[in-house]
Formats: sequence, C-alpha cells, structure tokens
Amino acid sequence: MSVLSEITLRRNPELQFGQKIWQLNWGLILLIFLLAGIGFAMLYSAASGSWDPWAVRQAVRFGGGLLLMFVVALIDIRFWFRLAYPIYFGALALLGAVEVMGTVGMGAQRWIDLGVIQLQPSELMKIGVVIALARYFHGITHADIGRPTYLLVPLLLVGGPALLVLKQPDLGTAGMLLAVGGALFLVAGVRWWKFLVVIAGAGAALPVAWNFLHDYQKNRVLTFLDPESDPLGAGYHILQSKIALGSGGIFGKGFLQGTQSHLNFLPEKQTDFIFTMLAEEWGMVGGLGLLGLYLLVFLYGFAIALRSRNHFGRLLAMGLTVNLFLYVFINIAMVMGLLPVVGVPLPLVSYGGTVMLATLIGLGLLLSVSVHRDLRIPRRGPREE
Amino acid sequence: MEKVRHEEQERHRGFARRSLLLGGGMSLMLAALAGRMYVLQVEQSDRFAMLAEDNRINLRLLPPLRGRILDRFGAPVAANRQNYRVLLVSEQARDLEAALDRLSDILPMTAADRARIHREVDRKRNFVPVTVAENLSWDQVGAVEVNAPDLPGVSIDVGQIRTYPYGSALSHVLGYVGAVSEQDLTGDPVLELPGFRIGKNGIERLHDERLRGEAGTSHVEVNAYGRVIRELRREEGEQGQDVVLTLDAGLQNYVHQRLMGERSASAVVMDAANGDVLAMASVPSYDPSVFTHGISSTEWRRLAEDPLGPLSNKSIAGIYAPGSTFKMIVALAALEQGIGPDYRVWCPGHYTLGNHRFHCWKRHGHGWMDMHDALVESCDVYFYDVARKLGVDRIAEMSERFGLGVPTGIDLPGERGGVIPTRAWKLANIGEPWQGGETLVTSIGQGFVLSTPLQLAVMTARMVNGGRAVTPHVTRGFKLSGAGDEILPAPAPEMNIGGPELEIMRLAMDAVVNGRRGTARSSQIKEEGWEMGGKTGTSQVRRITKAERAAGVIKNEDLPWRRRDHGLFVGYAPIANPRYVVSIVVEHGGGGSSAAAPIAKDVLLEAQRRDPLGASPLPLVARSGEQA
Repeated sequence: MSVLSEITLRRNPELQFGQKIWQLNWGLILLIFLLAGIGFAMLYSAASGSWDPWAVRQAVRFGGGLLLMFVVALIDIRFWFRLAYPIYFGALALLGAVEVMGTVGMGAQRWIDLGVIQLQPSELMKIGVVIALARYFHGITHADIGRPTYLLVPLLLVGGPALLVLKQPDLGTAGMLLAVGGALFLVAGVRWWKFLVVIAGAGAALPVAWNFLHDYQKNRVLTFLDPESDPLGAGYHILQSKIALGSGGIFGKGFLQGTQSHLNFLPEKQTDFIFTMLAEEWGMVGGLGLLGLYLLVFLYGFAIALRSRNHFGRLLAMGLTVNLFLYVFINIAMVMGLLPVVGVPLPLVSYGGTVMLATLIGLGLLLSVSVHRDLRIPRRGPREE
Repeated sequence: MEKVRHEEQERHRGFARRSLLLGGGMSLMLAALAGRMYVLQVEQSDRFAMLAEDNRINLRLLPPLRGRILDRFGAPVAANRQNYRVLLVSEQARDLEAALDRLSDILPMTAADRARIHREVDRKRNFVPVTVAENLSWDQVGAVEVNAPDLPGVSIDVGQIRTYPYGSALSHVLGYVGAVSEQDLTGDPVLELPGFRIGKNGIERLHDERLRGEAGTSHVEVNAYGRVIRELRREEGEQGQDVVLTLDAGLQNYVHQRLMGERSASAVVMDAANGDVLAMASVPSYDPSVFTHGISSTEWRRLAEDPLGPLSNKSIAGIYAPGSTFKMIVALAALEQGIGPDYRVWCPGHYTLGNHRFHCWKRHGHGWMDMHDALVESCDVYFYDVARKLGVDRIAEMSERFGLGVPTGIDLPGERGGVIPTRAWKLANIGEPWQGGETLVTSIGQGFVLSTPLQLAVMTARMVNGGRAVTPHVTRGFKLSGAGDEILPAPAPEMNIGGPELEIMRLAMDAVVNGRRGTARSSQIKEEGWEMGGKTGTSQVRRITKAERAAGVIKNEDLPWRRRDHGLFVGYAPIANPRYVVSIVVEHGGGGSSAAAPIAKDVLLEAQRRDPLGASPLPLVARSGEQA
C-alpha cells in the first residue's frame, strides 16, 4: 500500500456500532424526515383536515420503515454484497409467485399479503436488480465490460424481471427497471455505441410492441398524447390534474384550500396525484420547494456513490439514487401531463405501504454504502473468515 | 498488485465521469419539470384558474313565479297555488323502507307509488331528493312536520302549480300551460329546468313571455359528483307580469253554464263601443288542469278526436254559414247602391232564375215585402231579388267593411277567417266561373259564405255603435305590483256608412225581437229599458232535394243530430242605447229563433243585470311618472 493511501485511510474501515451511528448521514436523514413530514401534511389536507384515515397510518408505516432503514444501514456492506444474488432471486421468485397467483387467482394481482402489509414484489425487484447488477459489475474488470459476452448476464438480470413485470402488466415498473439497468450499464462503463444500438433497436421494435399492449394501456398513451380530446373520459384525470396545478399559480390557494382536491375533481389525490394537490395548495413555490428537497437527496446519493471506496457500493448507491430519481421524475412528469399516467407514486410523500417500505429499505442501503464507504471489497468478494 | 490498483483507479475514474454525465442528464430532466411547472402555474395559470372555477361553481336557475291572469275587475282567473311536496334524500334516510312505512301512516301510498320511489332512488345519486308525494293538504303538511324528528332525510318543499279557478269555463280563452317541448326551446335556459311550464294555448301562450318573468340565478359550489356544498351568491329573478283581461269572469261563468245545456255551442259577449270581449265561451270544453299535471296520451287522444271538438274555441275557430244574419249586409249594400228602403218585392214563396227555382223558407210566400219587413220576417225571395241587382262583389265589399270573411285580429291564437265569396275568389279557389244562382244563395248567407261567431258579433257591434269599425280584443293590459300599463284600443275608425242606413238595421233588429211578426219575438226581454234587438239565422248543413220539398220538408227534430241546421243569433241590448252585443251559435240546434235566440236573451239579461261596463274596472294606468 502506498503512503498516500495510508494517509487517506486515516481511520480503520472496520467500525464499532457506536462509530457507525456517528457515521450515519444525518443530513440525508433530516431530508427524509422533511419529505415524510410534507407527506403527512398533504395527507392531512387530502382528508379535509383530518389525520384520519391516511396521515396516521402513513406515520405508523414511516416509523416502521425508518426502523428497518436504520437496521439495513448499520449492517455491514459485505453482508449485503454476499446477499446480493439471494436477494435478487428471492425477489424474482416472489414476482413469479405473484404472476402465477395472479393468473390463477384474482386477475392482475400485484400483491403478496404479509398480514401486516401488502407487499408488491415489483418494488423489491427494483432493489434486487440494482444490487445484483452492482455485484456483477463489481466482479468483472474494466476490460471485461468491453466484451459483449460479459454483458449477457447483466442483460438477463434486467430483462428477466422486466418481462415478468410487463406481463402483469405494469408498464411503469418495467420501464423503470430498464431505465435503472441502463443507468448502471452507463456508469459501469459499457461502450457508448452499444447504447446507440439498443436505442435504435428499441425504436424499430416500438410499432411491434404497440400491438402487444392492452387496450387500456394504448388508451393511456393516446390520452397522454392528446388529453383534451376526451375531457370526460380517459383524459379526465390528467386534465383535472393540470387544472389543479395551473389554478394553484405561484403561491397556491393555501393549505386546505385546494378546490380541485377538496371537491374531488382531482383523482387519487392521496396517492399518485399528491404532488398536484401540493402544487394547488402551495403553488409553484411549494412545488419547486419539494423538488429542491428531492434534488438534495439525489446530491447526497451522488456524493455517497462517488466517495465509496468499493465499486459495489458506488454502483449500489448510484442505482438506488437513479431509482429514487425515476420515481420522482415519472410521478411529477405524469401529473403535469408530460408522461402517460402509469401509476408511479411520489416516494415518501404518496400514501402507500409498500412503496414507503421499499423506499426506506433503499435509503437504508444507501446509508449503508455511506457508513461503510471506506471498506474495500476484493473483486471476488470478501474473504470468508 | 499494482495492475489491480491501476485497474481499480481506472474504473473509479470512469465511474465518476459517467456519473457526472448521468447527473447532468438528470439535472436537465429536473429542469424540464421546473419549466413545465412554470408554464402551467405562471403562463397558463389564468386559464386553469378559470377552468377550476368552472368546475367548482354551478349556476342554478331559480324559476320565476308565473304572472297571474286577471279578469277586468282583478279577479284571478289563472293563478299559482303552492304545491306542497314531500321530498326524501335517500342517503339521509338510511333505511328507506322504514322511512316509507312511517310516511305511509300520514300519506296514502300505493304499492305503485312505492315502486316508483324505489326506482327513482336507484336511478338518482343518493343526495338528490326524490319526490315522495305531491299536492299535500295542510293537515298532511302539519303531520309530516310534527313527525320530522322520526323522519330523517324527509323534507317538505313548496313548489308552484298553475290553477284555473274557473276551470273549463275559461279554458278556451286562457289556454293552458304544459311541459316544454323540443320545439319550444329558444335558448332561454329557464326552459330547460325540469318541471318548467310554458303557455301552450290561448292567453297563456300569447302573453307567455310577459307571464314568464325573468329567472334568478344561484351560484353554488359543487363537488365532482354534483353535490352542492354551499351557495356562494344569489340573484333573485323577477316574477312574471299579471295579464288583465277584458273578460268579466262572473259573466263568463254564467254564459258557460247557460251553454252547457247544448251539445255544441258558442257565445260571445262584447262591448259594442270598443270591442272589449266580456265573455267568450264554447262547449263542450275541457279542464285545463289536466295539462298542468301532464296529460296522458289516451286522454289527449280522447280530447283531440272528439267530434264535438272540446279543444276548439268555436267563437274564433268555428266557421259557419251565417244564414239570415247575413241579410243585413245585403240590405246595407243595396241601400248604398240606391235601392231604397221602400223598394218592394212580391214573395210568392219562390224565385225563378233561368230554369231553376229558389225557395223562400216560408213555403207559401210573404206577399209584398219592403226592406224592413224582409229583414224582420227574414224573407229569402226579397234578398234573392236585391242580390241579383247588386251582384256578388258588391255584397262581398260590404261584408268586408263589417269584418266578415277575414280574421278579426283578436289577440288569441288560432283564429280562422272564414270565406266571403267573390267572382275572383271562386275562379282562384275552385277554378270555375261564378254562377248567377250562387249570388242568390250567398244573399241568404248560405253556399260559400262562412264566418266565425266572433265576426258576427263584430258585424253587429259596427251596426249598432254608430258605424265605428271596432275590433275585438281580450287583453286589457299588464300589471306588475300596483303599476301597470293598459293597451288602449286605438279609436275605432269611422266606417262611412250613413246613420240613417244603420238606423234601418237597428229598427229591423228591434222588430225581429219586439215586433209582432219578428222571428225571435218569443225571446223578448220584458224588463223595461233592457230590451234586446237582434237577427236570427239558420245555417243549413244539408241540401233539400226537390223530392223532399214536394213531400214536405222534414222538420229538424226528426233529423239525426248531425244533419240538423245550426241555429244562429246576433243581438244587442239595450235597444235605446246599445252597449252589449252577443253572437250565439248552436250547432245542429235547429232554427236560430228556437235554439239561439233564447240563449241570447238570457245572456243579455244577465249582462245588463251584472253590467260590467257600468262598473269601473281594475285601474291599470302606469303610475311610474307620478310622485309618490
């Protein structure tokens, strides 16, 4: 080891429990509290000034999720490294189980009932894909990435679950899986021209894919392209959402004063369209404020990724950050009519148990990367003691 | 070892580079979101704010109270009654069955009613009130109010319903109100209110816009399901104006009752001096309230297909050959053409033209007749003779001056004109040249001649009022809370008929009733100062054949009702100073003297007894110009 490395490695990478707590990224945790707090306020407003039925339950879930986040954050990153593939295949198995139950049972079922909480395996799958890809790219050399044969495995890792999710059918999640995978391919160093080939291929396949879409999915896309063609039918939701947003103006109508939300013109105001409600009541100032908070979270994510001394951590942090970013971007773009309505919630703010849990687990992993940033992990994995 | 380190650094650097690139892309995407936010919330904010208000605010129309219709003294003949209804909001009632059970103790409710209520509850949103019962009595309203605590979701609502206190006696003049049909929609949104009624006939239709008033508006906040959250603003409408008629409701009622003895008849009572119609009745009649509640199609068909025409106002829409009442027109035309009142004709009971024989109603003839005698005894031969000298066009010209053959222009919908034939008319309408014999038939008010009872009343008025061309009307004016305006009839123009000529007609009409040989002497008014004059008429509805005439003309009583003659009478009273004019038609009633004259007598007697023209009518002239 060089002298330089010895100097930068001032502290022992193997931390005690107390040190780990100290090393937790408290600025990021504060942001998480702020975002969740905004969510509680909006849910309070969505219920016309009542903690029931949404805000209270959301707070309980947040509490539980937070606990889980700390546990995940404090567990050694090498443990997660070892568990990467089991997590991935576990999630894949759950996804497959849901697929079977869904076809046998109750239509397009996307849930697994765990008693306390209904789990959506597709949410876990996003984390699974990120952690598996991070594990894989960690294990191959920079030169290997240039060889097409080494790309076969990661393509399968992404493509398999994406196809399963697409069959559910859940266009939004499938798209997110592909996008997260693509982002990891990018930062892992896959050559540019390969992306161009994939993009060109996808463009050519688009008309074919169109025929495989369900009618309601086609409608969503068509409605997105021209929402005002059918203002009382399929375009109703997005039009009402735009009316709510636009009528909020710069400073909004005031907390609990949103007419579109409170008179029920706005659909799903406590879940997918909660950003609309926020922007109606708090205006563009509120909307940009929320966007700013998310931006800080993403910056933390980038910083954590860049500061990690192991490639697994870097890729994991980057993948989780991109995943979170996609949630935020797709949701807000959707309610503003920039994307078709695909049913992606706003993380930490929208009402819903699974997403809250998955988000906090993801953030826990991010914090774990941060806490264990100075650990080095050999390419073949940490030596078994 | 060194190679691995280098490799690791290379990988880290590549990662950092690509991450920055990715971060740049993500930043652009976030910037796009912010830009979209700017477009929606700043640039297009006004438009969306307006759309949000449109969503939230509903304009509800408040239907205006329909104006009343009053008779000349202010008695309401069409009014609005408060209609108490029981409404039920199903979401508040919770247990619908229990609520209906409790209500049925107070209100009689059939199984069909219950089924209808269930249907409406199922169809409407659960916060929309459903009508349980209508037209509650005061006792029932009280009972529901008292039990209100046990009847959640049940409320009493007051609506308005049109009532006609005189019922069928005035239905022909007033018309009725009914539901708005597709053709009635003019774009006025008040017409689209459920349950809104507009005038469908008569005065209700003619003055519908004034009676209707202006709708008010209520701005209410609603949610996405249309539930009203609260009222934001309210602008009261303006109730409809009252219409004041020239009719005397009491006299109208009497006339209607008097006509009820006949199967099909009509009567008009008019002010001789200014054309105010004091009564206008027609039997059979109909109950206008059946239209208010919504008439069933079977009931409608029964009314529309009844051969006696209960829906028809026969005073203005029935056209009849005027019969002998028309002889006065021929006489006036003769006087104008220099045939003096002393011109005499020998009546042998018939008149020969070419090879055709025209009969007088008196088989053995009247002997020597001058104009007065011919009018009083209604000698046909005299008028055959005179008409031949005049020609049909001169008769038609005089008819027109007295208002026959063309609509009088009375302010009621559905008036018909009738026919006064001329040479040109026949050529144009039948396509054949005029025959000399047709002039003779025309002279006794038969053949092509057709007129309405109202036209005959106008004719009579113009003869007895000193020769002023009055026109009839039933609207006196409009009234809104004290002030109002009166339609002052334009002074009737002079007709340029000499006073002496009209005097001859008056004397003849006097003698028809009061003379020894008059055709209506059995209908004399004995009360001094109230005596009436008039002229009978009999309108043949069949041809009497030669064979029948040889065997003896069958008496009316022996004919089936449909083939009997119409009986007509036009008259006036009092003789000394004619003020009231009547025109009576009894369809298939037999002769004018036997069927129509007695009715005219009773009506004129009652008119003078009540003397509506002697009493001062409801003041109407606008007071807006005066100081309070």
